[in-house]
Amino acid sequence: MTTATNHRNKITSRNLNLWYGQKHALRNISLDIAPHQVTALIGPSGCGKSTFLRSLNRMNDLIDNVRIEGDVLIDDVDIYDKSVDVVELRKRVGMIFQKSNPFPKSIFDNVAYGPRINGVHDRAQLEEVVETSLKRAAIWDEVKDDLKKSALALSGGQQQRLCIARALAVDPKVLLMDEPASALDPLATAKIEELIYELKSNYTIVIVTHNMQQAARVSDVTAFFYLGELIEVGETKRMFVSPMKKQTEEYITGRFG
Amino acid sequence: MKRTRTALLGTSVVTLTGLAAFMIIAVVILVMGTIIIGGKDVLTWEFLTAAPTEGMTEGGIFPAIVGTALLVMIMSLAGVPVGTITAIYLSEYASTRSRLARAIRFAVNTLAGVPAIVFGLFGLGFFVQFVGGGMDSLLGGGAGLKWAQPNLLWASLTMALLTLPVVIVSVEEAIKTVPQDMRAASLALGATKWQTIWKIVLPNSLTGILTGGILAVSRGAGEVAPILFTGAAYFLPHIPTGLSDQFMELGYHVYIMSTQSTNVDATRGIQYATTLVLLLLTFLLNFSAIFLRSRVRARQIT
Repeated sequence: MTTATNHRNKITSRNLNLWYGQKHALRNISLDIAPHQVTALIGPSGCGKSTFLRSLNRMNDLIDNVRIEGDVLIDDVDIYDKSVDVVELRKRVGMIFQKSNPFPKSIFDNVAYGPRINGVHDRAQLEEVVETSLKRAAIWDEVKDDLKKSALALSGGQQQRLCIARALAVDPKVLLMDEPASALDPLATAKIEELIYELKSNYTIVIVTHNMQQAARVSDVTAFFYLGELIEVGETKRMFVSPMKKQTEEYITGRFG
Repeated sequence: MKRTRTALLGTSVVTLTGLAAFMIIAVVILVMGTIIIGGKDVLTWEFLTAAPTEGMTEGGIFPAIVGTALLVMIMSLAGVPVGTITAIYLSEYASTRSRLARAIRFAVNTLAGVPAIVFGLFGLGFFVQFVGGGMDSLLGGGAGLKWAQPNLLWASLTMALLTLPVVIVSVEEAIKTVPQDMRAASLALGATKWQTIWKIVLPNSLTGILTGGILAVSRGAGEVAPILFTGAAYFLPHIPTGLSDQFMELGYHVYIMSTQSTNVDATRGIQYATTLVLLLLTFLLNFSAIFLRSRVRARQIT
């Protein structure tokens, strides 16, 4: 990659509006997300941050009665254009959910699920992808001896890292994380945060979090959402020290939310 | 004074509800008891493995057991896939407000309420005469009747129609219990909707599909009316060898022996024993359905 492309935005949303039925959930969101950085989306519940996250891999399409206006560009391609294959899009834009959701299959089969649906059936090739993905998700050492064990037998933190490994196995460029550590204990959370830090050299990461300290620890850029609007976006270091908007300050100092 | 009246009312309600509950148990015990006492001496290994003899006043019910087994097997092979596909459409593809889905649901409920004898007459008119007649004139070229008469295939298909609602409802329930998270995870990995259904939804509702199949079988095994005109035979000393053969069936066997036998009194023991076999078969199937379902529930908790 040249330096020029490195500075180009990975994801760009322009005047994005979204309605759930009558409810106007996102209002004129324009946000640039740089590659190989962690962007944290923060804000009180119902502010639209998760909705915005899900509009980046079109998971909102699964909900009835959703209407979207405006553009989302990923690598300069409008992902809401009719010519875009949603299935291909989701292979490039992986997602980690709030509640870890491994399939009731073995650890191996969980990670191999993505490659298999893409037509990879060669055993050696699958083994290689599974190992690489589990290593990248920093869980290989814990599970390498019992890949045949059910994924449901793992602890909550391990399950979440397994889900990250599963997402990495389809070789995405962007990782969307929807409060990935909110159901985990502090130790497991620390591991996930460490992992996010390591992953950003290879992936562009967008993370929704309710935890201010977490946003401050893991992210390079923070975007504050409130009532469906993007109130403020900026470098995390600056934002947490001297927010420009009053609402941002009130939220991050814990006066509401 | 008032207090005693309330107490009296309370006692009488307890007695009344208790009696009603006891009546149910009493009826079951009475029915089962009568059948077991009447049939236990006739129910031998030979009875299960021999064909009827002496104008069906002696011998066993082997052809009827085989006929029933074949009937429910072909019925399941036809009904479970169709029911499963319908359930997949209803729960995965149709939007809740779609008119087609509402029409299908209405049809399923109506089908479940149609009396069994109507299915029998429909089977005679549609399968035997229309489809069978059509096949004969196309394949046989006027060489005589082969398909346009009651047989195993038409009886099984008629029975499949009757049990379709049971399959659709239980498979749909099973599909609904697959967590939405699981579907989202699969779709987010770039799986298509069909890949998600085939690799995630169906394997996780397999037990439910099996339960649906078993419930359908136990419902089908107990019905006589749908096969009256579509394939059941009064007496056949041999077992069916092909789909166009007629067959004997347990329920039908009881029916004809109690109404059309040359010597009803002589066959009484056989009637009881045949009923007992039919009941045991139905119970066995129902219990396996319950067992399978409890295993699904247990797995969902973990």
